[in-house]
Amino acid sequence: MAIWLTKDSKVIVQGMTGSEGSKHTRRMLAAGTDIVGGVNPRKAGTTVDFDGAQLPVFANVADAMRETGANVTVIFVPPQFTKSAVIEAIDAGISLAVVITEGVPVHDTAAFWAYNVAQGERTRIIGPNCPGIVSPGASNGGIIPADITGTGRIGLVSKSGTLTYQMMYELRDIGFSTCVGIGGDPIIGTTHIDALAAFEADPDTDAIVMIGEIGGDAEERAAEFIKANVTKPVVGYIAGFTAPPGKTMGHAGAIISGSAGTAEAKKTALEAAGVKVGKTPTETARLMREIMSAG
Amino acid sequence: MDLYEYQGRDLFERHGLPVLAGGVATTPEEARAIAERLGGRVVVKAQVKVGGRGKAGGVKLTEGAEETVARATDILGMDIKGHTVHKVMITVTADVAEEYYFSYLLDRANRTFLCIASVAGGMDIEQVAAETPEKVVKAPIDANTGVDAATARRIVTQAGFPAEIADQAVEIAVDLWKAFVAEDATLVEVNPLAKTAEGGLLLLDAKVSLDENAAFRHPDHEALVDQAAVDPLEQAAKEKDLNYVKLDGEVGIIGNGAGLVMSTLDVVAYAGERHGGVKPANFLDIGGGASAAVMANGLEIVLSDPAVKSVFVNVFGGITACDAVANGIVQALGLLEQRGEKVTKPLVVRLDGNNAEAGRAILDGANNPLIQRVDTMDGAAERAAELAAAGV
Repeated sequence: MAIWLTKDSKVIVQGMTGSEGSKHTRRMLAAGTDIVGGVNPRKAGTTVDFDGAQLPVFANVADAMRETGANVTVIFVPPQFTKSAVIEAIDAGISLAVVITEGVPVHDTAAFWAYNVAQGERTRIIGPNCPGIVSPGASNGGIIPADITGTGRIGLVSKSGTLTYQMMYELRDIGFSTCVGIGGDPIIGTTHIDALAAFEADPDTDAIVMIGEIGGDAEERAAEFIKANVTKPVVGYIAGFTAPPGKTMGHAGAIISGSAGTAEAKKTALEAAGVKVGKTPTETARLMREIMSAG
Repeated sequence: MDLYEYQGRDLFERHGLPVLAGGVATTPEEARAIAERLGGRVVVKAQVKVGGRGKAGGVKLTEGAEETVARATDILGMDIKGHTVHKVMITVTADVAEEYYFSYLLDRANRTFLCIASVAGGMDIEQVAAETPEKVVKAPIDANTGVDAATARRIVTQAGFPAEIADQAVEIAVDLWKAFVAEDATLVEVNPLAKTAEGGLLLLDAKVSLDENAAFRHPDHEALVDQAAVDPLEQAAKEKDLNYVKLDGEVGIIGNGAGLVMSTLDVVAYAGERHGGVKPANFLDIGGGASAAVMANGLEIVLSDPAVKSVFVNVFGGITACDAVANGIVQALGLLEQRGEKVTKPLVVRLDGNNAEAGRAILDGANNPLIQRVDTMDGAAERAAELAAAGV
């Protein structure tokens, strides 16, 4: 078992025929993901060959779902078209939409999120500007390399892609139930708290790694949530202790505004909630290793 | 992107919001022309993206062109909290009776937008909220339905704006929301929103931030970038599509992925504490696919910073295989030689992840005395800091 994405997930790719979309469709297939088709209104009715797998292209998400039973979409369309792609997925009532696209205007994200809320949040949205979600050995929805680690009992939630890969690699001998990259934008669909709640409820997850970074107060709110709701051990890591205020550090949301959003404040909040926070990724992995070996 | 006050004022004016007539000057002579055009009493305000300029002497009332020129001369070139004043805004004055506060901003926590309104304007709103929270209204705004007259009326009433200006305040709230959306802003803050002695409302200050991700639908926003304030290395990096931030240390940093690079800065700073206090010299994320050309561009930028004494290349091979990255580094050094740039600073390289063994073998095989391979992130940071300290 895993959270949100399992071996039974049927996945479609919006933007499958684009360069990033086709590259990662191939990788997701190689990881064993059950990809059942793609969406591109201009190429509807055609099929695309991925190393022998013939994937049908549909005009829209609703058609794809009706024809294939898809319940997950991974979105690779350019930023200009992301909002309408996500709204199309919401309208079709798909369970999970993973938005990989980087550079989506925050007004667009706010709009599709508000739309999702107005529709009763039938769709879980991960991202935008995220690496996606992988349940090792079961399914891969996004761009996280699926071969870093095998299945295991650690859950991971992170704002950062490469730090996720680093952590998966450091703990590859133990393995992960699910790794979720929630993205580094100021507004994101799925938050640390959503993932923490899901891992807490997941019988196949024993402990959780939470990776955060400067900007906003998501980590502080996650700390409060952990204190009140999470019984499983949580290990944390925060990036950006030495980042200067007022500078955007790569991710659109990674910025210290005035005195708000510092790494120190996040670390303090997490530690107050009983979370062990590592000083470096390697130390964080060691803390998790100690927890897992103590059983 | 944060705008200067004058750019915010212009933006408000373009969207039909009531602002003071004025202009911006970079020289005393330009200030004279504006003062003559406006006539009478004017205010000269230093244009810096930092608070407290009034206390620093960066805001002056003047009467007539000569005095305006004199005060503009004083203020231009002034240093305010480390920010040099290159421009002054000159506007007519207003007879202010009351000061209010009004803003729209991003509400990250609630994944939407927020309106903050208060009758206690002209002060730091965070302080007002802390000391007298009852005077501050925070209203979440639905991104799709936005702010119509009814929503605006509710906020204005809740904030306790006086009845005689309520209609005007509603109109401003609606128009300001339209501007916020039309410009893809992440913040529009008016402090103060002033009631004049004549009873009209004016937006007397403008703090505006625009979303750079929305640049594709705002070709006009590019002109708002203050080229003079952009670090030349940051500019050069931007032209090569590299995500670079100049910092003030000695260890050049190149990595893949924003989170990993931020983490690398931290690990280097910790190591630096043991090596004479050396610090990271920059943030540089070369992204997922680190080709030789991208690596060469990155190295070129980092090495052209004279403060850099050593470079730490920290790559986790996820999608990109480490052997490709290793080839990229070796070829990049060759490319730089071809471009006529003699590389003399040591490179500490840590490769891990996909095809790490093959990548390390390539580095070893290159037999380049400048390349030092260390296989853990913490160990490599230690080595890079040590080399930088030795080279300082």
